[in-house]
Amino acid sequence: MKTNFNDEIVKKFALVTIIWGIVGMLVGVIIAAQMAWPALNFDLPFLTFSRLRPLHTNAVIFAFGGNALIGTSFYVVYKTCKANLFAPKLASFVFWGYQLVIVAAVFTLPFGYTQSREYAELIWPIDIFLTIVWIAYAVVFFGTITKRKEKHIYVANWFYAAFIITIALLHIVNNLQIPVNWHLSYSIYPGAVDALVQWWYGHNAVGFFLTAGFLGMMYYFIPKQAGRPVYSYRLSIVHFWALISSYMWAGPHHLHYTSLPDWAQSLGMVFSLILLAPSWGGMINGIMTLSGAWHKLRDDPIIKLLIVSLSFYGMSTFEGPMMAIKTVNALSHYTDWTIGHVHSGALGWVALMTIGSLYVLIPKLWGKKGMYSTDLINVHFWVATLGIVLYIASMWIAGVMQGLMWRDINADGTVVYSFAETVKATYPYYIARFLGGVMFLGGMFIMLYNVIKTISAKNTNEEVVGEAA
Amino acid sequence: MVMSSGWSIWIIVIVALHIVGYSWLLFSTSKMKEEDHKEGDTTGHEWDGIKEYNNPLPKWWLYMFILTIVFSVVYLILYPGMGNYKGILNWTQEGAWAEENAVVLKKRSELFSTFINKPIPEMIKDTKAMEIGERLFANHCSSCHGSDAQGAIGFPNLADNDWLYGGEPAIIVKSISAGRNGVMPPWGAALGDQGVKQVAAYVRSFSEQGQDAELVTEGQAKFGMFCVACHGADGKGNPMLGAPNLADNIWLHSYDSGLLETVISKGISGKMPKHSELLDDNSIKVLAAYVYSLSNE
Repeated sequence: MKTNFNDEIVKKFALVTIIWGIVGMLVGVIIAAQMAWPALNFDLPFLTFSRLRPLHTNAVIFAFGGNALIGTSFYVVYKTCKANLFAPKLASFVFWGYQLVIVAAVFTLPFGYTQSREYAELIWPIDIFLTIVWIAYAVVFFGTITKRKEKHIYVANWFYAAFIITIALLHIVNNLQIPVNWHLSYSIYPGAVDALVQWWYGHNAVGFFLTAGFLGMMYYFIPKQAGRPVYSYRLSIVHFWALISSYMWAGPHHLHYTSLPDWAQSLGMVFSLILLAPSWGGMINGIMTLSGAWHKLRDDPIIKLLIVSLSFYGMSTFEGPMMAIKTVNALSHYTDWTIGHVHSGALGWVALMTIGSLYVLIPKLWGKKGMYSTDLINVHFWVATLGIVLYIASMWIAGVMQGLMWRDINADGTVVYSFAETVKATYPYYIARFLGGVMFLGGMFIMLYNVIKTISAKNTNEEVVGEAA
Repeated sequence: MVMSSGWSIWIIVIVALHIVGYSWLLFSTSKMKEEDHKEGDTTGHEWDGIKEYNNPLPKWWLYMFILTIVFSVVYLILYPGMGNYKGILNWTQEGAWAEENAVVLKKRSELFSTFINKPIPEMIKDTKAMEIGERLFANHCSSCHGSDAQGAIGFPNLADNDWLYGGEPAIIVKSISAGRNGVMPPWGAALGDQGVKQVAAYVRSFSEQGQDAELVTEGQAKFGMFCVACHGADGKGNPMLGAPNLADNIWLHSYDSGLLETVISKGISGKMPKHSELLDDNSIKVLAAYVYSLSNE
C-alpha cells in the first residue's frame, strides 16, 4: 500500500480527535453528574466542578475540535491545492506541539493553575508555547496554499485561513499578561476594558474556531460525500465576508447590563442580529448542495450526520442573535439556557460535523472501501442526536424556568423565590441533561469501536491513497 | 462616561463602513444577468472533484439580511451605539433601572401605607406587615441568619431572647441600618497558652459544672485583668459593645473542641453589613418589626 506524509499526519490528527473527544466528553458527563449529585466531587479539590469545568471546555473545544480542525485543514488544503503539505517536519511539530499543550492543560487546570479567563484559562508559559505551535501551523497551511497547483483557492480554504489568522490574533491579544512567577500573571487591561477584550476573544473563539473553521470542514466534506457541486459560489463569497466582519463585533452581547458602556452593548447586539443571515448562508450552501440528491439523506447515515449538523448550526445561529437582544438576554443571561445554546452548537454542529467528516475521512486515509459498519454509524447517529435533543431541551426548560423564577417579584419588591429554590427546581433537568450527555458519550465509544475495526480490516482500496503527488 | 470625540468619531466611522459594506456586498451580488447564470452551470473550477454552481442568492435570505441591516440602522438612531451619540430615545440602562425601580417603590409605599406609621410593638400584630417582613428577611437576612432566623456559628440566633446589642425596637433598626462590627481582640500573646486554658476553664465554669478548680481559680484572676472591661465582672457581657454574655450557655461561636481557646487566643470579629444602602427606611422598619416579633408575641 502506498502511503504519503500528507495522509500519515492527518491519520494522527484523526485518531487523537476521537481520543480527546472521549476524554473531554467524559469530563463533561462527570461535571454534569456533579450538578445533580454534588457529592461526586468526593471533596477532592481537583475533582470539584470549578476545576473540571475548564478542563472539559478546553478538552472539547481545543483538543477535540482543534485536532479535528488542524487535521482536516491539512487534508483539505493538500487535496484542493493538489500540493504536498509545505514543510512536513514543521507539520509534525504542529501535531506533537499541540498534543503537548493539551497534556499541559490536563496537568495544570485541575490543580488550580489558571488565568481565570473563560476559554483562555491556560497559564502564560503554555500560552507562549501554543503561540509558537500556532504560527508553525499557519506556516504549513499558507505555505501549502502558496505552492498550490490549482489557480483558484477553494472556499473551504478561505474559512480555514480566516480561522487560523484570527485565532492567532485573538489568542495573542487576549493573553497579554504581565507574569509574576512561572504560573501567575496579570492582564495588562484595566476593568471593563479587560472584560470587553475577554469577550471579544470569547465570542470570536466561537465565531472563528467553532464556526469559520468548521464551515471550512463542511465546505469540503459535504460536497465530497454527496458527490454534488456546492450550491452557490456567489453565496459563499457574500456570507464569508459578512460572517468574518460581523463576528468581530458580537462579543459585547456577553456583557449586557453590566458596567460596559451602553453604546458598546448596543453595537454588540445589532451586529449579532446582522450575523444571522451570514451564518445561515453557510447552512443554505451546505444543505442545498444535496438538492437533486435528497435520497442520500435516507440512504447514507454519514450524509445524515452532516446535514443534521447543519440543521443544529442553523438553529443555534438563530438562537444566538435572539439571545443577544437585550430584553431576551435579560431573561436568558446567567441561566442554563446559555448552556443549552452552547451545546446545541457544540454537540449538534461542531461534534456531528467532526464525526461525519471523520467517517468520510478514515476509510480514505487507511485505504479501505468504507467504514467497517454502516449500521453502527446509523446507531451512532441516533444515539447522538437523541442525546443532544435531551440535553438542549432540558437546559431550555431549566433556563427559562430559572430566568422566570429569578425575576418573579412580590408587590413589596421582594423576590418570590430564593436562589436555593431555583436550584431545587432545576434538579430533574440536571438529571435529564446528564442522561443526554451519557448518550452522546456512548455514541463516541460506538465510533471508536467502528474506527478500530475499520483500521484493522483487511479490505483495501488502493485508488484512494496517494492522490496528491 | 463620555469618551473623547476622536474615539467617538472612530467608532461611528467603522460602524458606518461595516453597514455600508454589507449593503454594497448585497447590492453588487444580488443582481445577476440572465446570461451569467444557466441552470446547472458550474463556475468551471474543480478542486479534488468538487465543483461549484453559481446559483443566485436565495431571495428570502437576501430580504432577511436586508431586514437585519434596516433594524440595526433604526436601532442605532433610537438608542446609544454610535459613539457619544445618545440616541433619540435618550435611553440608558441606569435610566431603565431607575424607571422600573420607581414603579416598584411606588407600589410598595401604597402597600406599606396601612401599617408603616404604627410603632414596631404594634406593627407586629399586623399580619400583612409580618408577611412582608418574612419575605424581606428571606431575601436579605436568611443567607447568614438562616431562613428560620436561628443563626449559625458566628451568626447570632435572632429568634431567641438573647441579644448582643439589645432587643429594643430602635436598637434592632440601628443594627440593620448601620450594621455592627463586633471585635474581640487576640489575647494569646498576653495570656500565653496556659493562661488561655485557664481563662477558658473559668468562662466554661459560668455555665457548666466540673471544671478543673485550679484552672478556674487562675482563670478568674486573669479574666479580672483582661476580660472584664468588655464582658463585665460577672461575664454577662455589655450590649453597648456587643460583647456577648458568657454566662448563659448561648454560644455565638460555639465552645466545643478548643474553639473557645482559639477565640480567646486569636480573637475574632463579627460583621453585620450596613443595610441602609440596600434598603429604604420603611423596609428596614418592617424588617426590624419582623425580627422583633420572633421573640415578642
